[in-house]
Amino acid sequence: MAWREIIYQYDGSFDGLLCCVFESYTQKERPTAILHDGDDEPSLFEIRAVTTDPAHAKRIYRSLYRRSPEVGPFLRRAFLTCMPDKEMAIYRFIVKFYREGAPLLSRLSDDTCLPLLRAVRLLSGEVEQFRGFTRFSDFDGVLGAEIEPKNRVLPMLRRHFCERYRNETFFLYDRTHREALLYSGGVSRIVPLEHFEMAPPDEAEAGYRRLWRRFYDTIAIEARKNEKLRMTHMPKRYWGTMTEFQDEDYFKARPRAQGAASPAPGAPGAIPAPATPPECAPSAPASAP
Amino acid sequence: MDLLDKLTILADAAKYDAACTSSGAKRGFQEGKIGCTSSSVAGCCHTFSADGRCVTLLKVLLSNDCCYNCKYCVNRCTNDTPRASFTPEELAELTIQFYRRNYIEGLFLSSGVLRSPDYTTELMIRALSLLRNEYRFNGYIHAKAIPGTSPELVERLGLLADRLSVNIELPSEAGLRLLAPNKTKQAILRPMTQIRDRAKQSKQELVKYKHAPRFAPAGQSTQLIVGATKESDLHILNLTQALYDSYRLKRVFYSAYVPVVENTLLPALDTKPPLLREHRLYQADWLLRFYGFRADELLDDSAPDFDPQLDPKCCWALRHPEFFPVEVNRADYEALLRVPGIGVVSARRILVARRTGALRAEDLKKLGVVMKRAQYFLTCGGRCAAPLRLSQEGIFQNLIAVERRALPQAEAQQLSLFDQVG
Repeated sequence: MAWREIIYQYDGSFDGLLCCVFESYTQKERPTAILHDGDDEPSLFEIRAVTTDPAHAKRIYRSLYRRSPEVGPFLRRAFLTCMPDKEMAIYRFIVKFYREGAPLLSRLSDDTCLPLLRAVRLLSGEVEQFRGFTRFSDFDGVLGAEIEPKNRVLPMLRRHFCERYRNETFFLYDRTHREALLYSGGVSRIVPLEHFEMAPPDEAEAGYRRLWRRFYDTIAIEARKNEKLRMTHMPKRYWGTMTEFQDEDYFKARPRAQGAASPAPGAPGAIPAPATPPECAPSAPASAP
Repeated sequence: MDLLDKLTILADAAKYDAACTSSGAKRGFQEGKIGCTSSSVAGCCHTFSADGRCVTLLKVLLSNDCCYNCKYCVNRCTNDTPRASFTPEELAELTIQFYRRNYIEGLFLSSGVLRSPDYTTELMIRALSLLRNEYRFNGYIHAKAIPGTSPELVERLGLLADRLSVNIELPSEAGLRLLAPNKTKQAILRPMTQIRDRAKQSKQELVKYKHAPRFAPAGQSTQLIVGATKESDLHILNLTQALYDSYRLKRVFYSAYVPVVENTLLPALDTKPPLLREHRLYQADWLLRFYGFRADELLDDSAPDFDPQLDPKCCWALRHPEFFPVEVNRADYEALLRVPGIGVVSARRILVARRTGALRAEDLKKLGVVMKRAQYFLTCGGRCAAPLRLSQEGIFQNLIAVERRALPQAEAQQLSLFDQVG
């Protein structure tokens, strides 16, 4: 290949990644790596920061869409996964896709396709789990929950929870990726949120937590006990944010600290977004359509 | 009695019911109501209890104060156990608050028979209408129809619930007479027939009028207790097949008998629940529903019970060498599904992937085919997928070895002892 080799740096958004593809084709270069802004790795290759231009991203997206309408949504999902070096995997996929066209999508055992397919399957599986395993608490009428997923599941959970809680106001915080899904009055939004701490429960909330834990403990049949089966369906990494596995403190009502340093989500005014719905249509960076 | 104690008693009394699914009903958001069932097309598990069973619904009895005396049941009237009942308000509040916290997908309401089936069903209807109409709950409701309830009440119950179920309890009439003297086969089948016919009628009405009332849109299911009486697996599977065919059931659940009471007619209290047998029945049940098998293909009078060492699909494949090998690149979907190690998902993937090129043996593993089982039954482009050609007996031994690793430790040990003796 006569193309030059180079390392790209992009802003971490899906559009940014598409711009790397654009850059590579217009400059006739082949990136050996695509890095986030801020990842400084000493390297022999030249490093170039690729600026994100929505128009360029759109051109790439359209060119993909022309070959197959399914490939765009598929790559958006692949971008949400926690797959190591997903940028290069997606880049390689796009290069091959330009060469081979839509049939590539049905080559399910292809070495370029398979890693992405596997990663997306894991993402979908995790989304499915969090639909069920997310535990909300009621803070004076506002529902709030925390999760600790491997993949960026919030964009994929958005529709489900917005439908389920259409009449409610809620927030869902992703500890791993430090972002929150906020919903109020029919409008949802995903925003980055560096620091977040759950407010302590009031008496009513603590009461329902106790009821749930009791129900959970009661419903198991002693003679059928099967730890391995439970762990298969519900691996331990989910337990950290689930009501039924918390320690004693979690089930006691505690008074809320007034004017604490970290704004308690219990007071809707204290968190920025649920009370102030954004004006424009909700759009988070790289959210799935 | 406070709510925590009531919940403990009434959840404990309901835990032997196996059904806990929220699948089959799709109802979007409705203005002014709480929740929807749109996520539930394939169901949604909210947690798994220590026995590994999925918890989707708040599964409770309305009351465990039962006037029947079914010998196998904890709630029978001669058993000395604490009794409790929910008020409709308590139950509605609990359901709504659990639902809002994403603990559950809805309510599974059953009840002990208080005075008479009709009286009990009326109480259930009162509780469910409060939940649906006053509390505006739009989530999933599964209600038990009690055998012997009058048709008018079943009708009203079906308009409130997404799914109804009538428990068959024991797989034969003789078993019922012996252990559940207050229930008869006729009393069980009558509401099942009614639910089937009424649901069909409701579907037809919905085609004509968009707002026609929906009767049990998620259909009906039932449950059988396995191991309390002497029926063979063949008998149970034939019954299952008949229920799917003629009563249009969505699911048949099997519940391995857990001894909870001492009775000379029942297995002793220290009997272990026949979990492996239950597992084999579920495997066969899946073969009936998704793999195009019929009950009489899986078992017959010469072998009326499942082999504990090997799953029903492998057993079938070993008995039918004339069907194999299946050519991966040409076989149709139905034939692929009959190969051990190929499931619904991997069969579909094979259909997609082979459109763009011939599949080789090494591709199959990437598509999710379990080659440890499938290799003996497949060819790829005319070439056998297994590295060695084995005799039937050799294949049998290898498949057992694969299966043994998947079985629980205790069961596997039992089997290996058995092998040495045999």
